Amino acid sequence: MSTILAVLVDGVIYASWLFIIAAGLTIVYGVMRILNMAHGSLYALGAYAAASLAGAWLRAGFAPVGSYAMLVAAAVVVGLVVGPLIERGLLRHLYGRDEVVLVLVTYALFLILEDAVKLVWGVESYFITEPYGLLGTVELGPLSYPVYSGALVVAALVVGVALRFGIYGTRYGKLLIAVIHDREVSAALGINVNRVYLVTFALGTTLAALGGALTAPTVSVVPGMGVEVIVLAFAVVVIGGLGSMPGAALGALIVGLVRSAAVHFFPQVELFSIYLVMALVLAFRPRGLFVAAEARKI
Amino acid sequence: MTIRDRRPGSAALVLFPLVALLALAAVPPGARADEPKFRIGVVTFLSGAAAGPFGVPARNAAEVLVEAINAGKVPGPYAKPGFGGRQVEVVFLDEAGGTTKQVSEFRDLVQRQKVDAVIGYISSGDCLAVAPVAEELKALTVFFDCGTPRIFEDASYKYVFRASSHAAMDNIAAAFYVTEILPGAKKIAGINQNYAWGQDSWTDFETSMKVLKPGVEVTTSQMPKLLAGQYGAEISALMAGSPDVIHSSFWGGDLDAFVLQAVPRGALKKSTAVLTCGETATHKLAGQIPDGTVIGARGPHGAYAPDVELNRWFRAVYQDRFVLYPNYPAYHMAQAFLGLKAAYEKAQGGGAAAPTLDQIIAAFQGLTFETPSGTIRMALGKGHQAVEGTVYGQAKTVDGKLTYVNVRQYPADKVNPPEGVKSADWIKSGFKATK
Repeated sequence: MSTILAVLVDGVIYASWLFIIAAGLTIVYGVMRILNMAHGSLYALGAYAAASLAGAWLRAGFAPVGSYAMLVAAAVVVGLVVGPLIERGLLRHLYGRDEVVLVLVTYALFLILEDAVKLVWGVESYFITEPYGLLGTVELGPLSYPVYSGALVVAALVVGVALRFGIYGTRYGKLLIAVIHDREVSAALGINVNRVYLVTFALGTTLAALGGALTAPTVSVVPGMGVEVIVLAFAVVVIGGLGSMPGAALGALIVGLVRSAAVHFFPQVELFSIYLVMALVLAFRPRGLFVAAEARKI
Repeated sequence: MTIRDRRPGSAALVLFPLVALLALAAVPPGARADEPKFRIGVVTFLSGAAAGPFGVPARNAAEVLVEAINAGKVPGPYAKPGFGGRQVEVVFLDEAGGTTKQVSEFRDLVQRQKVDAVIGYISSGDCLAVAPVAEELKALTVFFDCGTPRIFEDASYKYVFRASSHAAMDNIAAAFYVTEILPGAKKIAGINQNYAWGQDSWTDFETSMKVLKPGVEVTTSQMPKLLAGQYGAEISALMAGSPDVIHSSFWGGDLDAFVLQAVPRGALKKSTAVLTCGETATHKLAGQIPDGTVIGARGPHGAYAPDVELNRWFRAVYQDRFVLYPNYPAYHMAQAFLGLKAAYEKAQGGGAAAPTLDQIIAAFQGLTFETPSGTIRMALGKGHQAVEGTVYGQAKTVDGKLTYVNVRQYPADKVNPPEGVKSADWIKSGFKATK
């Protein structure tokens, strides 16, 4: 019984972490049709920025509780500075090109950003460990979990609810839906499509950076940390259906629970458990779980 | 792991011959044309996750050593400047990029850049791939840090040497240490990376424990992917079995992340962690490591290095330039350089003429030489594989500073198989087989 509970708790924590990252990838793909390979670098950038900002905060002797605000602030700064820079400086010249071209462009961007991170922060590892232990732990049977992990789950829920409300409950969200469905008609109707793209990419970047920033206290921030993440996030969005937000949530939950069950019951197959699920889903639903039938333009 | 290829761009293609020409023009007029420098290609991780804790400290060690060797400032038996009077020059190369890239880079180093020897490789995969190529190209190659025992246990090489112990020693010694210091330990668990290094490490430790302590129970063996970074579920699975000992050969960022995630949950207090590569984490994570954690340094390196003149000198010159003390990859690099220098000068036989490649190899085989880690013997793999003793201890933080208690030394013969016996067979035989 306690093992089942552990599988669920571990799975949900892992899923929350995955969802924050995958949500950014999904929204950028959903609106802009860009499979953003640089998402992993933006995640790493968020982690580095968080380690620097929260580290400076703590070294300056301010209240440790404020370091949580610094983590979020770091993500917002990365999102608002780097996101628009990439969108205005690079991507806007390439809209309308084949999706594959954009994959290659964002892959190039990924390589450039990885080196840029090394130029700024070097190859040394960075630590910002205080926020992880600060909230204490809770006991669940024989296991104890840091409250920070619970906070991560809450953060994922907040992100999910805010996105849901933002897209379906606001005027801007309705414009977004219009752009998702048809860029040209939206533009003809007077929607500033360029601005929608700018905001979307900045939001996607902020979510990637938020994932990195919230992860920073639990790891050593090192070069290459974004590589693994991009593979996992892709698995999640492919399972859920490219561009679908509920799909990303369900995909994250499935991946989290399957991986957690594998770790507890069959650790020897953990490595490929996620890809097994992905293969199974794609065998029956080649476009993922949540992709609605799409009208084809002729 | 996706690893990027980093080929020089077209600018580099233009610049390289230019730089080469300028370098040629810069040869001082006094240098004798018949005494070229001894050129060594040094390959270590300069980018990627292994750069910070491994590659860069190793490169730093190479830098201070080459300067000191050329200036004749290395103490002990190494006072002669350069290699037997011949100046040494190094070419650094990044180990990142995967085995295919390393093999082609190795060919480039040997055939185009015409280095006299290559010192390098942290990744066991790279060592396994490069060794046969070194043999084919007849290129003197000294591995400095990679751990897999398979190199000289599964094959035999003339041109390849390794100046540090292989990884079986780390896990055999860890098992001895656990049975001596924690005699009550009945349940063990492991968390190791899912590739050759992690799998071999766990198998050697598990088998050694079962030999030394029949009836020991394995609660779980976790094998997360290299660079996974998130170990929440693994830590739960480890804690659920309440093992007395958790063995891990994690290194670099994975080790840091595991410690950071396990400590707040109390996992390393309820169970004693045995970290065979723990020493590289102690430099930055000192305050996080719980008292009692068993720390290994893959030999008598770092804090475990002997108090001898060479070590005092090495620590001083390294710290002087890089602030931190040298960690074990830095010690491994020193072993490779000093082993090669000792072999070269032995091959010279006291004369001044440059020895031939065959003479250097003959001198290196079975060589005994002094290093900052103590005396090294090239005792295995037909004289091509070093053995050294090793040390384990338990961390204890005193006044905010990490110290070690219950430090135990294991002589080389106790924790390394004899010549001609494979590590796995030796462990299974109860450490008795003698060929």
